[in-house]
Amino acid sequence: MNIIKKFSLGVLITLFLSFSANADKIKIGTEGAYPPWNSKDASGKLIGFEVELAWTLCRYIGQQCEIVEQDWDGMIPALIMRKFDAIMAGMSITAERQKAISFSQGYADEVASLAVMKGSDLEGMDTPAGINLTKPNAAAKKALKTLTAALAGKTVCVQTATIHQNFLDSGDVGKVNVRTYKTQDEVNLDLASGRCDAALAAAVAFSDYAEKSGKPVVLVGPTFSGGAFGNGVGVGIRKDDTELLNAFNKAIDKARKNGDISRIATKWFGFDASM
Amino acid sequence: MDFELMINSLPKLLNATFITLKLLTASLIFGLFIGLFFAIIRLNKNPIINKFAYVYSYVFRGTPLLVQIFIIYFGLGQIEYLRSTALWVILKEPYWCAIIAFSLNTGAYTSEILRSAFQTIKPGMIEAGQSLGISSKIIFYKIQIPIAIRQSLPAYGNEIILMMKGTSLASTVTLMDLTGVAKYIISTTFKPIEVFIVAGGIYLFMTFIIHNVIKFLEKKYSY
Repeated sequence: MNIIKKFSLGVLITLFLSFSANADKIKIGTEGAYPPWNSKDASGKLIGFEVELAWTLCRYIGQQCEIVEQDWDGMIPALIMRKFDAIMAGMSITAERQKAISFSQGYADEVASLAVMKGSDLEGMDTPAGINLTKPNAAAKKALKTLTAALAGKTVCVQTATIHQNFLDSGDVGKVNVRTYKTQDEVNLDLASGRCDAALAAAVAFSDYAEKSGKPVVLVGPTFSGGAFGNGVGVGIRKDDTELLNAFNKAIDKARKNGDISRIATKWFGFDASM
Repeated sequence: MDFELMINSLPKLLNATFITLKLLTASLIFGLFIGLFFAIIRLNKNPIINKFAYVYSYVFRGTPLLVQIFIIYFGLGQIEYLRSTALWVILKEPYWCAIIAFSLNTGAYTSEILRSAFQTIKPGMIEAGQSLGISSKIIFYKIQIPIAIRQSLPAYGNEIILMMKGTSLASTVTLMDLTGVAKYIISTTFKPIEVFIVAGGIYLFMTFIIHNVIKFLEKKYSY
């Protein structure tokens, strides 16, 4: 009996200590599977643009932080259920997501692109280099028509719950066969195996994969921005947490002014993706 | 609680249940044949033949279904040679990959269920047949198989329910089954509790039906 008492007292103390130690820490959720935004090194440590930026922002906020891992498809529900206090996971600011959570100002932005394996008949489409879907001009509308014709009946693979899936579901490029995956890694695997005729994601996600795997993945068609692709990537925060939102906005201002964001972005992306 | 979302997502989820049921029936039919085949060769006296059946059931019962489905879907897809063969026509489709994984998995469990059922048949029953001068082939079909099926019904009913829940892993290889569609709805509404309650309710209902069908069969074939 004595042992059980002592044991449960020990458990209680440990629990109390771990709660109180975490009480004033900002917990930031990230996926750890979307390089170069966020990923893991060989030892399982979280690395990437957003991980480094998160530490920088926390320094400006002047509070201790903890970065936690969360599967992409449960990211927003986990934030709402208070598993962590902020999302930094390459999450674009979109109207749909803003119905559920708030976003800080954007800290980085980069374009999306279709990718195919070398030798695909989707190569060499006659489209402009990039189109913006917020107010599509004549060239952008023509490009969407070209894409609609080229992608008819094709299987296009995307990660689930992403802006890329939203775009394909929106019908802007007609009725394509959309296949959704839990992680971008799995999209890349099935693109390489030939199960997907094309894949849609952040352009850097494909160039990163091509570089690391040596697979002949090539970008095709225009790069996409605006519209369903949102307005840059920001920190996702619970709607009632305005204090933290202001703190992040201020910290992003400072980090931008001091050149931290563009320095870290250049380090991880190879170009300045900051905004 | 967003009851409106629960009601609105019900038709979409019921539609997806159709795919779940298709996966389940196909896997159970293939799995039953695989299981019967391996149960019979497991009882073979030749050590090489019955070891083969033993290793099959050991491997598929000893590894998680998720690992099996990943090896068949993502693993085999990495082998370049395989992609140039006729097999790729089947392995290219997530639907068939899922059915192959589920069938092999449930086949392993079914073979064990049937094997133990065969072994519980009292020698006296077979000897009774022999003393009447019935050939061993007819003893097998008319005595051993019917008794084995009756003996294995409770355990097999359990296996059907386990497999029904196992089909939810089809969503990990891009299939839009009940779980897949539930996750899709969550990805646009960010409300997991409501949607999973409805999906869980549908799974429970399916369990209820399977459970009662097995109970009915048990009664019908009791002796």
